[in-house]
Amino acid sequence: MGNKQTIFTDEQLDAYQDCTFFTRKEILRLHGRYHELAPHLVPMDYTNDPDCKVPLALIVNMPELKENPFRNRIVESFSEDGMGNLSFNEFVDMFSVLSETAPRELKAIYAFKIYDYNVDNYLCKEDLEKTLNKLTKEELTPEEVVLVCEKAIEEADLDGDNKLSYADFENMITRAPDFLSTFHIRI
Amino acid sequence: MPPKRKDNVVIKVEDVGMDVDAVIDSGSEEEARRRAKNRRVRPQRKAKRVSDDEEDEDEEDEEPRRKGRKKKAKPRDSDEEEEEDSRSVKSKSSRASRRKAAKEESEEESEDDRQKKKKRGKGVSKQEKEEQNKEKKGQVKGKEGKDKGGEKDRKKKSGKFSSSSSSDSDSDDQSLSEGEIEALKEQVEEKKKQIATLRNKPWRIKRRLVILKEAQDFVEKYEGALGKGKGKRLYAFKVMMAKKWIKFKRDFENFKTACIPWERKIKDVESHFGSSVASYFIFLRWMYGLNLVLFGFMFGLVIVPELLMGLPYGSIPRKIVPRAEQDTAMDFSVLFDFRGYCKYSFLFYGYYNSERTIGVLQFKLPLSYLLVGVGIFGYSLMVVIRTMARNSNEGGDGAEEGEFTFSWKMFTSWDYLIGNPETADNKYASITTSFKESIVDEQESQKDENIHLRRFLRVLANFLILCSLGGSGFLIYFVVKRSQEFSNMENEDLSWLEKNEVELVMSLLGLVCPPLFETIAELEDYHPRVALKWQLGRIFALFLGNLYTFLFALFDEVTAKLESEKAIKNATEWALNQYIANYSSHYNTTNVPPQNVDPADTLRGPCWETAVGIEFVKLIVSDMQVTYLSILIGDFIRAVLVRYLNYCWCWDLEAGFPSYGEFDISGNVLGLIFNQGMIWMGAFYCPGLVGLNVLRLLVSMYYQCWAVMCCNVPHERVFKASGSNNFYMGLLLLVLFLSLLPVVYTIMTLSPSFDCGPFSGQEKMYDVVMETIDKDLPSFIGNIFVYATNPGLIMPAVLLMVLAIYYLNAVSKGYQQANLDLKKKMKMARDEEKNRRNNKDSTNQVMKDLEDLLPDKSLIPPPTEEEPPPPDVVIEKGSKSPKIKPGAAGKGVKLQKDVSLAATNPRAPVNRAPGPRRAPPGNARGPQPGPGRGRGRGGPPRQ
Repeated sequence: MGNKQTIFTDEQLDAYQDCTFFTRKEILRLHGRYHELAPHLVPMDYTNDPDCKVPLALIVNMPELKENPFRNRIVESFSEDGMGNLSFNEFVDMFSVLSETAPRELKAIYAFKIYDYNVDNYLCKEDLEKTLNKLTKEELTPEEVVLVCEKAIEEADLDGDNKLSYADFENMITRAPDFLSTFHIRI
Repeated sequence: MPPKRKDNVVIKVEDVGMDVDAVIDSGSEEEARRRAKNRRVRPQRKAKRVSDDEEDEDEEDEEPRRKGRKKKAKPRDSDEEEEEDSRSVKSKSSRASRRKAAKEESEEESEDDRQKKKKRGKGVSKQEKEEQNKEKKGQVKGKEGKDKGGEKDRKKKSGKFSSSSSSDSDSDDQSLSEGEIEALKEQVEEKKKQIATLRNKPWRIKRRLVILKEAQDFVEKYEGALGKGKGKRLYAFKVMMAKKWIKFKRDFENFKTACIPWERKIKDVESHFGSSVASYFIFLRWMYGLNLVLFGFMFGLVIVPELLMGLPYGSIPRKIVPRAEQDTAMDFSVLFDFRGYCKYSFLFYGYYNSERTIGVLQFKLPLSYLLVGVGIFGYSLMVVIRTMARNSNEGGDGAEEGEFTFSWKMFTSWDYLIGNPETADNKYASITTSFKESIVDEQESQKDENIHLRRFLRVLANFLILCSLGGSGFLIYFVVKRSQEFSNMENEDLSWLEKNEVELVMSLLGLVCPPLFETIAELEDYHPRVALKWQLGRIFALFLGNLYTFLFALFDEVTAKLESEKAIKNATEWALNQYIANYSSHYNTTNVPPQNVDPADTLRGPCWETAVGIEFVKLIVSDMQVTYLSILIGDFIRAVLVRYLNYCWCWDLEAGFPSYGEFDISGNVLGLIFNQGMIWMGAFYCPGLVGLNVLRLLVSMYYQCWAVMCCNVPHERVFKASGSNNFYMGLLLLVLFLSLLPVVYTIMTLSPSFDCGPFSGQEKMYDVVMETIDKDLPSFIGNIFVYATNPGLIMPAVLLMVLAIYYLNAVSKGYQQANLDLKKKMKMARDEEKNRRNNKDSTNQVMKDLEDLLPDKSLIPPPTEEEPPPPDVVIEKGSKSPKIKPGAAGKGVKLQKDVSLAATNPRAPVNRAPGPRRAPPGNARGPQPGPGRGRGRGGPPRQ
């Protein structure tokens, strides 16, 4: 995208830098990637906030997301309409949260949203089953799946309602040694 | 603003809106739950919503007038949508639960406000803005309708805010009173803080952008207005500088990240091989940075001054190739062995002159040499420890292993960095296996295998490995001894092999042994992670053994050299005396001119420091060669053969025997660490070594990146690099310490060569420090040093340190104990909670026993438990029954708890709460403010 025209004004870039964990260069690169997704949809000039969205199907095909079993959920939870259409702002937001520098608390919140398939703000057994099946490509037998889900809930559920609320999830995830190192995508 | 449109927005937002702002403020769980509940009951409340929306609309109509400023700045509807968004969420929650309570209160409050506002007269005052901004912050502040918004007021209003507004009403509206300024200042500060922390907020980015804009505008507008008279200008200046500073910092950040090299490369590797392989490259990059700094020290403080200000090549004996070697000094084979011109160049210790000061700057080169040599260790130590401390903060706070096995596996085992189908497949497989393993562990169905055989095999494996470790140590010792014999012989008689035997053997051992260990480790049949640790430990032992054997052998050599040096020294002194005696007797004068001998012809000592330096350089170079060649042959050629011979081969080469190479993380990391250890050790005797290492790391980075991408396949069991960073760092620290020992030992005990190097002519190397203290510093500092080095002072100091260590140790033990106790308590509380809530068979043995002791009541189950309710209701109730808001029904809860505990027959688990709490299913889903609100507070165990 080597054209010289301005993509963002300086104020916009500053605003993005204030709101995300990216540097100027990274934001421009993100725009490049975003533009690549749908060159006919996305304008090169973003100085006056054009209103355009890229559908989920295009986004999940990014190499960064393509192999991720939760790709649809990731994109959906960052899209405002819940259907996975991302505007550039949301696109930046997504990678900002998934960037290396984002704090654990923020990541935990979005991880919770990602794993919450039915969007009821609880991780119930169905959510866990879905997660597990995605993780293992349905290699486990149904009994094993049920067992694992029950165990997971039993471990993490603090208040005994048989599903994980955000507090349960946070309590569990903040102690996980691998969470920060694995819950990030380098763009 | 078209009201119709907004209506749509509201509804749309409501449909989707629940996942906006998962956590707005502190009461997250409570909030979320309430919202979820509200959503469930939404259909029933549709009608109500409509009227609410109308109200909102009115309110919205006020908006444009009130914030004309904002409207210019940004697209309108996004703004309103956001506004609407947050408000609808808020209103939903607040309406459901506390509408009634709020109404009365807010009525009063808004009355108040209205009066105040009338007094103030001006429609859009600063106060007004404040309010708007305040409520934007997502802390639930009240929204104020100006004219008729009485019922729209939300209940919550911060006390601070209302008090400030009351103070406002006293002052007139043009000039700002003190209190107002204070309040404004506070707000500006708050806004600034908000801007700084905005990126950490889990809001939609649109909302964040809007809030950012507002906050910035607010700050801009009011910052200048603060302060009076003189203070005003100063304040404005300060503000301006602060802004500039922020801008500068940001630019600097940008610059810094732009300077971090190889981001893309590492990212590529990461996406193909997962974070564990990438962690090697990140480590490599870190090492490169460290070496760059070390090189900067060495280059800037030692090499450059000597080159610029020192005597040129050929001026003194130590800076010129001896006559005997001059014919071959430029031959490639000689240069490649770091002899000839290389040996007498700035790369090695011997080249440096011992003049106290050089050049016009009076640069004290010997002192600088010593300080840099030691400073390299100091700096590395500092950096390693700091990195370790930083890393250790990152890992979670370390709950006990096994507490969250399954949930961690479920939620953190996928590596989001993976972007390569093959790796992903491997990852899927490894996750599945690990789940299966955990299930097996959980079921504790230990397969009945031959434990004796396994034990025997493990012992055997360890025996074999010990044997090979001992063997390799002996081999190195033998080879080094032999090389000493060779070094006494003439150079021409030796073949290349004989000359480089030591290095070759060491590199080959490093190459052969790790795979050998791995093969032996198959016998042990450990879990891969455990196996990796063992493997790392063994390779570490191997390298360490080799290195130290090498060092001991080197010391033998050094002492031998010192002996011969003594003889040469005596000979030269004797020759000098002879010359002086001859001269004075011949010319009958005591004024003897210096001997006129060509520097190349002077007799000189062996200069053991340079010899040691050469050994290290050769070691590094041969290590480099072996590593690169093994990558080229073991990975590249193999990959090419496998790839292309596969077309015409009798079995599948790719899947079958040779297959493609895997990237050996442990071996590579350890190789890097030991390489660094050798650099640390050798840098003192060979200042050029650090530069060489920088080059080596640079080449490694590109070469290995290429190799791994082009000819390696991901591990079959992709494991995470979790916590391994600190593991690497720990190893590095150990190696640093181990390499510090010999260097410090030589500096403190061995006497430097008499005719080469910066310390020549001194008894010990550190004498140069003493000399500087004596000659260049004021005398009282010398006195201080004398006192400080007095044993009478050192002993108490050592004692003090020991005491301090003891004390700190005791304290940390105490903390650990407290930690453990707390953890235990938490676990107990959790178990208790679980048992109470679940009403299930107790998992806690003590509780079980206790329950067994509750005899009679449990025999009479409440009558309502006879009929089995539908399962979803069970869950509903299970979650709700005991969670009543403590304030509302504290007694009830206690009672309830007792009942439920008592009612439980531990042998026959009951899945639901006892009768009295049971409500019809339809009702259970209805808006029940009580349980819903009490829910969040139900988290911690109630005593």
